[in-house]
Parts: sequence; structure tokens; C-alpha cells
Amino acid sequence: MKAAVIVFPGSNCDRDCKVAIERSTGASVEMVWHGETWLPDGLDLIVLPGGFSYGDYLRCGAMASLSPVMTEVKAAAERGIATVGICNGFQVLCEMGLLPGALLRNEKLKYVCKAVDLEVTNSQTRFTAGYQGRRQATMTVGNGEGNFFADEATLDRLEGEGQVVFRYLNNPNGSARDIAGIINPKGNVLGLMPHPDRAFEPELGSADGAILFQSALASA
Amino acid sequence: MRAKVHVFLKPGVLDVQGKAVEQALHGLGWDGVSQVRVGKTIEFDLKAGDAAAAEAEVKAMCEKLLANTVIESYRVELA
Repeated sequence: MKAAVIVFPGSNCDRDCKVAIERSTGASVEMVWHGETWLPDGLDLIVLPGGFSYGDYLRCGAMASLSPVMTEVKAAAERGIATVGICNGFQVLCEMGLLPGALLRNEKLKYVCKAVDLEVTNSQTRFTAGYQGRRQATMTVGNGEGNFFADEATLDRLEGEGQVVFRYLNNPNGSARDIAGIINPKGNVLGLMPHPDRAFEPELGSADGAILFQSALASA
Repeated sequence: MRAKVHVFLKPGVLDVQGKAVEQALHGLGWDGVSQVRVGKTIEFDLKAGDAAAAEAEVKAMCEKLLANTVIESYRVELA
């Protein structure tokens, strides 16, 4: 099992992701600098971590989505490699067009940093299969721009096709239809605002995030 | 040639910053203010053959980077 974490200037959860994946799955994790033009061979999982890539300049995730390595990430995602964007990583996936919609400023203009209860809306995905039988998970969020937005037709499609993977039980940021995480139609690209990498062992308050990494790498 | 790109959230997309500014203006007594929208302006010099070519180029920049057309609209001014 092999995973890569992409490191942008301003990423701050890159090492959290590495430790979370290593401890919860035993996979080897390579850190890949955003300026690279290659990805390691034989990857089973690519993670775009949380943080403030490029200082959130222009728009969150906008500059990172154009980093040299993202051409490779896009190609890998299109080949079907499991790709997950967490928080800033979710913003990057939306900016790249790998996921629909965008993340707006939080409704109450506040940076929200707290544990949130989530509904596992779709446990049939390769990232959530391990939640089977469990309808709830707890992870923490930490974002100022986590307010998921898409037009009504896109939201209807996401819901209709089972692409809404996680929902907030108590919406912390105004996200449309309480959406916390979505997946692409092919089922290999997941974006979510809550941090599984901050909830991978009981000492952190929740170990529910570990299930996501374990599920993602279970088929590897 | 000097280009100015104005980027705003599309109508219908909640502009919480605009809303906060509006409330502050109301708090200062300007009750007649409504529909405040906060946007940004990006200015730069551009080498271009003619205005039409410059406009096409700046529009391409907007589509590729300067605006996220899922949520934002843009207006280009050239001088």
C-alpha cells in the first residue's frame, strides 16, 4: 500500500495526513512537493492536505490547482487512482474542476474550528465502505471558507446520484444542503471539509477518520 | 495597455462580506443602503497588439485563473 501527500507552500496538515495514514493503515506515505512534475509509481492513494496553500491568495485553492504536480494528479485521478482532498484540498479539487461546486466564505463570517458530527450519507463508496452499518462519524473542521455552494441543478444531481458522502448534523458554515463531503461520479475522487487526519485515534477525541483511510486503502 | 479586471460574486451567490458591510453602514445611519456586494479589482500592464487581442487574452486569464466562474462573474476594462 502506498500513498502520496502533496505538499503546497502553506499546507499545514501535510504531516498530520502522513502520520494519520501510516498509523491507521500501515501504508508507506511519500511527501510530494507541489513543484514536482512526477508522482511516485504504484500509488494507491493521493491526498491533498488541509492548510492555506499560497496563503489563500486570489481564492482558496486557486493557485494550488495550477501547481506543476497537479497535471500529474489530475491524470492519476482520471486513471482512477483514489484521490482525497481534505479542507484546503477539497477547495483545490473544486478549483481544478475534479469536483463540482465551490467553497464560499462561511455564512457567519467566522472561522469555525471544532468537532462536528457527520452523517455518513453514502457508505457505498471506496472511501466509506468501512463505515458500513454506522450512520454517524465525528471529525473536526477548521475552516473560514467551507460553505459549500453549487447551483440547484448540480445539488439535485449530487443528491440524486449518491455523490453526497458526508453531511453535517449541525451545519457549522452554511453549506448548501448540509453538505460536508462529495465524490465524483466515477467514485474515486472525494473532497470533504472535515479532517479525518485530525480524528484517527481515540486520544484525538475520535478515531472515525481512520476508517476513511482504511477504506480507501482496503482495495489496494 | 493597462488592464483592470473586476471580479464579483454572481448575483444569487451569498456575499456574506457584502452583508456585513451593509449592516455596518446601516449602523452608521445610512439606512438607504442595500444590496452591497464586495468584489476585487486586479490591475496589470499587458503587452498586446490591439484592443481586441488584449481583451481576448484577459478573458482567457479570467477563465483560467482570475475568476472562478462557478461563483464569480468578471468585467474587463482596458485603457
